[in-house]
Amino acid sequence: MTVNQSHAGSSAQARAVVDGLEADVVTMNQATDIDLLASRGLVVADWTKRFPNNAAPNFSTMVYLVRKGNPKGVKDWGDLVKPGVAVVIPNPKTAGNGRYTYLAAWGYALKQKGGNESSAKAFVTALFKNVPVLDTGGRGATTTFAQRNIGDVLVTFENEVYLIQKELGADKVEIVYPSVSIRADNPVAIIERVVDKKGTRTVAKAYLDYLYSDEAQEIAAKYHYRPVSAAVSKKYASTFKSIPLFTVEEVFGSWAAAQKAHFADGDSFDQIYQK
Amino acid sequence: MSRRTRHNVLPGFNLAMGYTLFYLGLIVLIPLSAAFIKTFALTWEQFWGAVSTPRVVASYQLTFGASLIGAAINAFFGLIVAWVLVRYTFPGKRILDALVDLPFALPTAVAGIALTALWAENGWIGSLLKPLGIKVAFTPLGVVLALTFIGLPFVVRTVQPVLEDLESELEDAAASLGATRWQTFVHVILPTILPALLTGFALAFARAVGEYGSVVFIAGNLPMRTEITPLLIITKLEQYDYNGATALAVVMLLFSFVLLLLINVLQWWANRRAGRES
Repeated sequence: MTVNQSHAGSSAQARAVVDGLEADVVTMNQATDIDLLASRGLVVADWTKRFPNNAAPNFSTMVYLVRKGNPKGVKDWGDLVKPGVAVVIPNPKTAGNGRYTYLAAWGYALKQKGGNESSAKAFVTALFKNVPVLDTGGRGATTTFAQRNIGDVLVTFENEVYLIQKELGADKVEIVYPSVSIRADNPVAIIERVVDKKGTRTVAKAYLDYLYSDEAQEIAAKYHYRPVSAAVSKKYASTFKSIPLFTVEEVFGSWAAAQKAHFADGDSFDQIYQK
Repeated sequence: MSRRTRHNVLPGFNLAMGYTLFYLGLIVLIPLSAAFIKTFALTWEQFWGAVSTPRVVASYQLTFGASLIGAAINAFFGLIVAWVLVRYTFPGKRILDALVDLPFALPTAVAGIALTALWAENGWIGSLLKPLGIKVAFTPLGVVLALTFIGLPFVVRTVQPVLEDLESELEDAAASLGATRWQTFVHVILPTILPALLTGFALAFARAVGEYGSVVFIAGNLPMRTEITPLLIITKLEQYDYNGATALAVVMLLFSFVLLLLINVLQWWANRRAGRES
């Protein structure tokens, strides 16, 4: 059998599937994109229960990339809001890693002594005031940081950070892990309507099941996606620095709630840019 | 009066007109009216709320302002390019002529990335401007630059054929009657090429208003400062806010239609004036 692939940003792909792209399975970088498909009846409502670990075979987190020698001494989220530190983050409205970064910073601020909604909001506002260029996608932000030489810190997915470092060379950039970050699950789902129509349910399920096998988990780990298999995690323990990770559900209740409170029109994120 | 006996190349007015309406309907009107119909899902308050927030208004100003400036720059320099290409022979002329069309063929994202690489503070040109305190990439100036780049061919290609048809004897005649160079230009050349120049301006402007690919790379996309309306439409789509996105699209369509209509009226006026004077 042949696997036809289509790759693009998660929400663009979700829209394409809604508009009739005949995909048997989808793999996204956040649950909202699959929730959209569920709301349109393309995916079962309890899709998170259909595969282990909330239907996410691997995950990542948000870490920092800084210039060689870390001249601005960036160690943690608190350093990103200091005056004079330029942080490159893509637009949370258009890019998944922008969204995760925003939520990670918010969660960090909440967890500080005396942290509450308004202190978190002030923290995130200060953070985005330090963002000189708001790219539309993760790769755009990477280009801005790496090729245009803009910014002191790039915040992006752990797997991306290693990819960029490999590309640029360890003599150019360094990876910094904050004290705490967010867990970015990469969920998967079967598109019911398509597999029923094409009779491909068995292969579609087999493919997604395979993603949980040790073999596939190791491939993921090699590309710096954190595996969920205990055995593979142990084997690659030295690769993945252990830092406390909170989930979107723990801090914001659910993706839907986070989306509504922070990224809907006129909500928290928009208010940052309004006087 | 003699129109009835005029020979037509196309078979019959009815067939040709029917085809025209069908073609325009299928390619232009149906997709555009779909945008309008989609916005009817919104109440007037929702529609107004979506299209009148400060952030959106700032994006209209940037989009339409930068597009007008870009088109105006192209009208001026495009005319000079067309003039040089028509009136002079020099080695490499054919190559230069072909270069003009490149902005048409280049994927806009490539154009955006190339321009950003050149004009960013560490780029070839950007690094020269930095000591002067001029920043281009990631400022509204960068948006104007990208929109000028993609609109260049329109003015050159609309003005070029008219200039080619322009008989240089007219200029000689004007000169022999004692007209200065400036008078010859204003009273002989300009009225003839003005309608074509306006067409080129309108095309460059329309192209710029809708441009997305090249601008998002060079603009920096900061809300209230360097965010263009097409980007806000994409942003709304990313939030699965189809209605909000189409509301913005409808506003852009209306703005563009009014502006293009204005340019068309100007053109009609210029045509009539040119007709009367010659």
